[in-house]
Amino acid sequence: MAMIEIKDLHKSYQMGSNSLHVLKGINFSVEAGELVAIMGSSGSGKSTLLNILGMLDEANEGSYVLDGVPIKNLNETKAAQYRNKFLGFIFQSFNLINYKSAAENVALPLYYQRMPRKERQEKAIKYLEQVGLKEWATHLPSELSGGQKQRVAIARAMAAEPKVLLADEPTGALDSKTSYEVMDLIQKINDAGNTILVVTHEPDIADMCKRIVHLKDGVIVEDKKVKQVRAAQYV
Amino acid sequence: MFNRDNWKEIFETIQKNKLRTFLSGFTVALGILIFVVLYGFGNGLKNTFNEFFGNDATNVLYLFPGRTSEPYLGYKANRRIEFDNSDLKDIKENFAMFLDYVTPQISRGALAKYGEESDNYSIRAAAPSIQEAEKVILMEGRFINQSDIDNKTKNIVIGRLVKKDLFQGKPALGEFIDLGGSSYRVVGVFQDDGGDREERIIYMSYTTRQRLDKATDKVDQIIVGFKPAIGYEGAMALEKSLSTYFREKKYISPKDPNGMYIRNVTDQLKQNQQFAGVLQIIISFFCVGTLIAGIIGISNIMVFVVKERTKEIGIRKALGATPKSVIGTILLESIFITTISGFIGMMIGVGILTGLGDTLKDYFITDPYIDMGIAIASTIMLIIFGGIAGYIPAKRAADIKPIVALRDE
Repeated sequence: MAMIEIKDLHKSYQMGSNSLHVLKGINFSVEAGELVAIMGSSGSGKSTLLNILGMLDEANEGSYVLDGVPIKNLNETKAAQYRNKFLGFIFQSFNLINYKSAAENVALPLYYQRMPRKERQEKAIKYLEQVGLKEWATHLPSELSGGQKQRVAIARAMAAEPKVLLADEPTGALDSKTSYEVMDLIQKINDAGNTILVVTHEPDIADMCKRIVHLKDGVIVEDKKVKQVRAAQYV
Repeated sequence: MFNRDNWKEIFETIQKNKLRTFLSGFTVALGILIFVVLYGFGNGLKNTFNEFFGNDATNVLYLFPGRTSEPYLGYKANRRIEFDNSDLKDIKENFAMFLDYVTPQISRGALAKYGEESDNYSIRAAAPSIQEAEKVILMEGRFINQSDIDNKTKNIVIGRLVKKDLFQGKPALGEFIDLGGSSYRVVGVFQDDGGDREERIIYMSYTTRQRLDKATDKVDQIIVGFKPAIGYEGAMALEKSLSTYFREKKYISPKDPNGMYIRNVTDQLKQNQQFAGVLQIIISFFCVGTLIAGIIGISNIMVFVVKERTKEIGIRKALGATPKSVIGTILLESIFITTISGFIGMMIGVGILTGLGDTLKDYFITDPYIDMGIAIASTIMLIIFGGIAGYIPAKRAADIKPIVALRDE
């Protein structure tokens, strides 16, 4: 069974009297363990697709099934619970809470899972260790470099042990060396069996995934498996 | 909503956002502080007011003889009018149904001596009922009584400060004081809320005084205590008929302003009460204004706080925070801060009022105070309004879609 199953997805935004049709019938499925790049120029609808996949936004038409659960007509509370249970987010601008330490940021999704405090802290440290930032656990985001911040964000996305990781331009704010380090980490997480979707407009980043879905003007124009370029060789 | 983990999260947030916490706490504390102090000052003003006007009985008319300024019924002008014991009797007989009591008053000064100590005091000779007119409070012994009047005894009742001056802490009851050459027995000690001057007075029977003054029956003035039930209108009517009666009896022209005077305290009382009422309205106006300003201040801070946290709310929602938990956290945090700082502000305000005491007496503020009930109620009101003011923007922020909130820079 597919991890993500999308059928005939439409999304349009109302801009005053005009309606902007962003997604025009997307059909698309992702198996467990895949590492998929969603590519496209700006305005192609790739971020909108990711937001719908991440339940941050809702489609006007079509069906979306996540791990056998139909995602439809969710109220805010239900959407929040699903996000917490199913999804981990990695953002271009990291979106760490600036007054919380690295470890506290990582532990935050676990807080919303009602995990006991001690367990939460242990788990946060464990995931920080996985991204190589155990020594930075007590530091605030402002004391970390961009690459380190993104790694904290990845640890946070991983901490809740989600079914799918959604990364929106995860390397958009980073230089190429740091970008490859982050991609290396994402590849390793994927190697461990996690399903990951990466939105990017950079071809070299897309080549580091196993499959590239190309979006143009709200439709999929290309969907191909590629031979993965390992990021480790550039690090 | 009330588990320990939630509170830990809230405390951490408070701790790590010191400026924000300080700002909102400061606003609340300042608001309630100003309210408490203003309210206290208002009460202080009223205290001063009551001290000025409120220490004697108000159901009283004072009758003073004067000197005529107009000729009348064959009498020349500039004739001196005098009151005597027959006037007391006449008042009692003719106005009985309105009266509570009637007492004459004869005031003299005298040198009082006891052992080595001596000083000048004013001596009031009167009937027992002057105790009511002057609101004299007995501390020990008894007041002048009817037997003192009938027997023209040489018993006196002295003020608290007279006792303090002359007896230096020794017991005074039953002791003899030398007053202008003859000795009098102290039968009572009194206090009076009207101030120090009122406690440096010695009371004696008016009949005793009249015997001393070469067996005369003259009195300086007459104090008429009327039944409070007759009210303001009744008091004004009584004043008028007393005036008519005495002008007839003493042959004073009805138009003569100087032959005799009647001081009517009710009239003053009414003015005073009106003045106090206006004062109360002004003070209430200030207090309500301060409270509203405080509420607006808190609301502003709350809107600002929530606005500042929009992105954080977006992040939390992306990580799985439900709208309810977002609102709950923000509300609990703000209520916690307002409660603590509100009560701190209140306690500081009460502390300031208590500390001030009499120091602002020159500015007509005496012993400012606030009822604890009002202080606490207004603090709670501020907290509730702060909560409402926080809830509305928090609810709105929690309803924003996470992507919109995340875009907020």
